[in-house]
This record gives sequence, structure tokens and C-alpha cells, in this order.
Amino acid sequence: MRPSSEPNSPVYHQPNYLGHETSVRSWLLTHDHKRIAIMFLGGVLTAFFAGGVFALVLRIKLLVPGKFFISALAYNRLFTLHGVTMVFLFLVPAVPSVFGNFFLPIMIGAQDVAFPRLNLLSFYLYVTGAAIALFGMIWNGADTGWTFYTPYSTTTPTDIVPVLLGVFLVGFSSIVTGVNFIVTVHTLRAPGMTWMRLPLFVWGSYATAVVQVVATPVLGMTVLLVAVEHAFDFGIFDPARGGDPVLFEHLFWFYSHPAVYIMILPAMGVISEVVACFSRKNPFGYEAIAFSSLGIGFVGFLTWGHHLFVSGQSTFDAGVFGVLSMLVAVFSAIKVFNWVGIMYKGSVSFKTPLAYVFGFLFLFVFGGMTGVALATVLLDVPWHDTYFVVAHFHFIMVGASLMGFLAALHYWFPKMFGRMYPERFGIAAFFLVFLGFLVTFIPQFLLGNAGMPRRYYEYPAHFQPLHVVSTVGSWLLGLGFLLILAYLVWSLRWGEIAGPNPWGSEGFEWRTPSPVGPENYDETPVFTHRPHAYDLVEAAEYRRRELGDERD
Amino acid sequence: MTEATHLEPHLAHHYQSLAQQTHAARLGMWVFLGSEALLFAALFTGLTVYRTLNGSVFALASQHLSVAFGTANTFVLITSSFTVVLSLHFLQAGRKGLSLFFLVFTIALACAFLTIKAFEWLHDFSEGIFPGPYYAQKELQLPGAAMFYTFYYLMTGLHGLHVVAGMGVLAWCTGLVARGDCHAGYETPLELGAMYWHLVDIIWIFLYPLLYLIT
Repeated sequence: MRPSSEPNSPVYHQPNYLGHETSVRSWLLTHDHKRIAIMFLGGVLTAFFAGGVFALVLRIKLLVPGKFFISALAYNRLFTLHGVTMVFLFLVPAVPSVFGNFFLPIMIGAQDVAFPRLNLLSFYLYVTGAAIALFGMIWNGADTGWTFYTPYSTTTPTDIVPVLLGVFLVGFSSIVTGVNFIVTVHTLRAPGMTWMRLPLFVWGSYATAVVQVVATPVLGMTVLLVAVEHAFDFGIFDPARGGDPVLFEHLFWFYSHPAVYIMILPAMGVISEVVACFSRKNPFGYEAIAFSSLGIGFVGFLTWGHHLFVSGQSTFDAGVFGVLSMLVAVFSAIKVFNWVGIMYKGSVSFKTPLAYVFGFLFLFVFGGMTGVALATVLLDVPWHDTYFVVAHFHFIMVGASLMGFLAALHYWFPKMFGRMYPERFGIAAFFLVFLGFLVTFIPQFLLGNAGMPRRYYEYPAHFQPLHVVSTVGSWLLGLGFLLILAYLVWSLRWGEIAGPNPWGSEGFEWRTPSPVGPENYDETPVFTHRPHAYDLVEAAEYRRRELGDERD
Repeated sequence: MTEATHLEPHLAHHYQSLAQQTHAARLGMWVFLGSEALLFAALFTGLTVYRTLNGSVFALASQHLSVAFGTANTFVLITSSFTVVLSLHFLQAGRKGLSLFFLVFTIALACAFLTIKAFEWLHDFSEGIFPGPYYAQKELQLPGAAMFYTFYYLMTGLHGLHVVAGMGVLAWCTGLVARGDCHAGYETPLELGAMYWHLVDIIWIFLYPLLYLIT
């Protein structure tokens, strides 16, 4: 980050977290939550790029029904690589470890997270785990899929142990981040920052942190058991020796279903911030949005059984898990209606971050409704393990979570780097990504409904047209992401100087200079109201004076 | 804030007061301990499920474990929890020497625990009690028996690793107290170390009846 050549620019004059120390050591051993967030951003974007390339290669293979391009084993390894990388190395840490780390302390008026050294440890746990997992998969890759189902995972000839250890370490990184966020929110709130004034992004991150701390250790132990089983053949999940493979499924989904909420809750927090800012409206239903985050976090722990509808679960259990799963939709709908309520009669400006909110709302509602359908036992039985499920969870995990991530990236880019991204390219890339996403995954709903099973290397010829459409969609998606990468990298150097508050946002993080100063605030701030209070007279005056914004 | 840092050498720059910092440290430890407990929860769940599936065999297998070793170790660990509290108590009372004595004593008890555990495992090995496919105990050849011992080794093994980690934490506390970096008026590191040690203890309190005393 070079200082601007314009003498009066804020980037030039104020010391900021990016420029106040420049040595490599000052980055690698930093305790500053903002720098750790930037390093995490580098990590998760690398993982996202790798996972994306794996997916593109997969889709190329699927252009043709029979053998083509890569071998069946390579195909199995690739979808495992894609799943493990995207879930554990990108989606789980993406919003909390990057934007949570960066903005949660600033939003509550703190100088840092509660345990800065642990925060750095969390980053290195992530890097080590990611390196071990990626190395293991590329060296003698796992071919089990990211779900590691026993007994296949415990008997596969491929070397699965490094992958599992990598996932274990990344899991601990996630736990450490969770502990840090919980304690930060409880103890480091600045004067006047009461619980009912917490920004909604903080509420989302807090609910996520609780889920991370409670669910992740169970996953850690479960993958260790699989690793032990694969290495020493103890028979823990082997039915021939009294073991129960379904026990693995229970333990795995006890984490991995709540993990979906680890991915989506912080993204929902982002949506709440962005939608208020670009609608110039106070958050409508603030309490409802805040508490529904906790509600999703809680109910999320009681739904794992819906992954086991065809694993010999009793009809009664399946019914209970089905109904509990549908309860998540109630909390989600509360959020969606409130977000729409915020926009209602607001002064909406269609900037890139808000475009991603619209994308989020569409994909999330679509994915959520198909989720309710899948929670219905009778419908799940034929759809189980088909492309219908693949399309459903991509709508939620990729569609919704990724839209949240991209909204956050564009909304906070000026705050993090002090410069604007080019708005026209932003909107263009949004349409590419959004359309690419629909073209990729809507055919997969149709394929799944017609009976195409997931993870199959070959398929009947009559499925080919839909597969081809899906692959073309993946190219559009890839192109969209490349465009985003290109203009964001360009903006780091040549983007317009942003100034402290280019959006005229009343979110608290915008009270700091851009990029943020090394200590966040010069003096401890005092909070007297909720964030995004656009109805305050002085707020409107500020926007008129500084931004020439006459809309209020 | 700089002045406060000057007056309070232990206060990190992003806290306003030592009370706030201590509160954060305690809460962080509690949340972490909860997370640690859930790490074991997966194993407890597995043990419970398999015990339900193989009830009578698990009871028989349990009777082949040495209750004497297990009970001795329970006694050693509970005592060590007491001595670590004594150490904290004497540190608060400003009696550094006694505090150090009880800390070292606690670590010695931890060593005793691991030694007894090692002898117990050797004793088990001599009877052919090995995990999984290596299980070779002649007196008990029923389906499910090997599974009980697999969980026995996994759970006591993981607990043993926590004992070693706890010893590391207590050794680190000993260093802090000896150097005077942890003293009356600022006991937080030792307090957190003791909390961790109690977790190690309490997990054993659950392991002991579930592994040794099943009928």
C-alpha cells in the first residue's frame, strides 16, 4: 500500500494500520487484529481460488457422459479437494476470520480482540492445517468426499490421514477465533455499547462464535477417530467388529450441520449492515434480527438427523428432525422479512454491495425453500444423494454465504484499504457471478430431480445437455471472480481515495479514518445510540455537508 | 491509557483496567474449557452408544481392568487438584515459597499419575489387553470386548495427553511465580492454570466410573 501522491488525501496524512510499520516481521508476528484479518484474507482467497479451479476441472469432465479428460480416481480426488478446500479452508473461516476479525473490535469501540496472541495463533493454525490438508490431498489425495463417510474413509487405499489432521488443526483455529469473539463481545465493549446497541454484524458473529466453540471440537474428535481407524484399524466404525458407521454420521453431522450456520450467520450479519446503509434506514426489527441469529444457532444443533433420513433412522426420529429443521426456516424468514422491511420506503441506492444483498436474498430464499422441501422425509428419500441436494446446498453455502462475503468485501474495501473499487466493474461482475451461478446450479436441480446421483464420474447420455449448461455456467462464474480479483487488485493501487465514509454509513466502523489507524480510535469512543441511526439530524447534516447527499 | 499501562505492568494495551482484563481471561478460560469438554463428549457418546449395544460384554470387560490402579489414580488426581488450590491460596496470601512448593508438588502428583497409568497399561498389555485387532485376552473372547478396550485406550490416552499438557501449563506457572511475574495481587496466570488442571481432574472423575465401575 503506497501513500497517495495527493498531499491532502487522508491516506497520505494519517498513520494507518497498513503503513505504520512495513517490515515483513511486523506482519508475520503482528498482534493487530486488522493485520491478522488481512493475512486471513490472503489465506481464504488462495483457498477459494484453488477450490474454484478444482471445481472448474470437475465441470469440464462432466461435459461428456463417459470417460473424458481425467480418470475416475482423479475425479474422486478432485471433488474431495473441492469440497474440503471450500468448506474448511474457505467458507468456515471466510467471514468470521477476515471481516469479523477486522470489524468486530472496531464496531464495539475496542482496540483489539480480547486475546491478540491467540488470534495470531489462530492464523498459524489455519495456515498449518491448510498446508497439511492440501499437501496430503495433492500428494496421495483422499477420494472420500469432504464428508469422510465410514466405512469407505477408513478403508480407502488413498492416504486420508494428512487431510484429517489438517481439518483438525483448521478446526482448532476456528475454535480459537470463536473463544476470542465471545470474550471480546462480553468484556471489551466501549462505554455506552450496550447489548441492545451492538451492530447486527456483531450479533451474527457472536452467534457464530458460540456455534464454533460448541460444535467444532466434536468434529475434531470425529476426524481424529477416522484417522486412528484408518491408520491402526481399531474397528471403531467397522460393523463386522461391533462398530457402527452410523455413529460416525451422527458425530460428523453434529458439527457439519451447525457448520452451515457458521458459514451463513456472519454473512447474514453483513447483509444486515449493508442493507441498512444503502437504504438509509434504521434497522427495522433490530431485536428480531439479533435474536433470530441466536435462534438459528440454537436450533441448528437439533437438526443434524435430517442427513440420516436414509441411514436407518426410525420414522419418528426422522419426523422430529424434519420438523426441527423446518424451524430454521422460521428464523430465517424473520430475517428476510426484516431486511425487506428495512428497504421499504428507504432511499435505496443500487451500489455493488447492495447488489450482492439482492443476490443473497434471491439465492437464500430459493435455497431455503428447497431446504424445507428436503427436510420433508418423503421428498428427501428420492432426492437423497442426488444433484438436487448438491444444488440446494450450493444455493445456501455458495449462493448465500458467498454473496455475503462479496457484499462485505465491496462494502468494507474502502475502509480496509482506503480506496474505492470501480463501481461499474463491480456491478458488471455482480451480474456475471449471479447469472453464472444460476446457469450452473439450476440445471443441477433438474438433474437431481431426474435422478442424477452426486459424485458419479459417468452418467447416462440423456443428462448431457443439462450438464453442458451447468459447465458453461461455471465458466461464467469463474470469469466473474477473475474480474472481481482484477479490479480489486487494480484498486489497491489506483482506486479513487475513499475518505473516511464514502457510503455516508452510520455504522460505527465508519467513524474511523480509512484505512483504519493502528489503534482503531484515537480515544475510546462513547456510544449513545444504535448503529445506522439515519434519522438523527446531525447524521443527515453530516451526509449533506461531506457527501453532498440530498436524499434525506 | 499509556499512564495506566505504566502503573499496571501486566495490563495489555487494549484493556482499560486490570479487573476488565482478568474478567476477560477468566471468561476465555471457561469458554475454552467448555470446548475441551466437548472434545471428550464425542468419545463419551461413542462409549455410551457401544455400551448400549454391548451392555453385558462391556461390564465383563470392565471387570478385567484393574480397579486398584484406577482408584489409586483417582486419589492422586483429586489430591493434586487440592494442592493446586493450596498453591493459589498461598500465592494470594503472599507466601511465595509455599505456593511454589505446592505447585511443584502438584506436578509431582501428575508425574505419579502418569507413572501409575504406565504401569497399569503394562499390566494390561501383559494380559493381552490391546486395542482393536491386536486384542488377545484369553479369558474374555466375546464380540464387543475389543471395542471396550479400544475406547479405554483412546479415552485414557487422550486424557493422558491432557495431563501432559496440564503439566506444561503448571510448569509455566511455576516459572512465572518463581520469577515474580505472577504474585499476590496478580494471580491470574496461576488461577487459569489451576482451572485447566481442574478440567483434567474432572474428566478423569467421569472416566473412572464409566470405565472401571460398570456392572
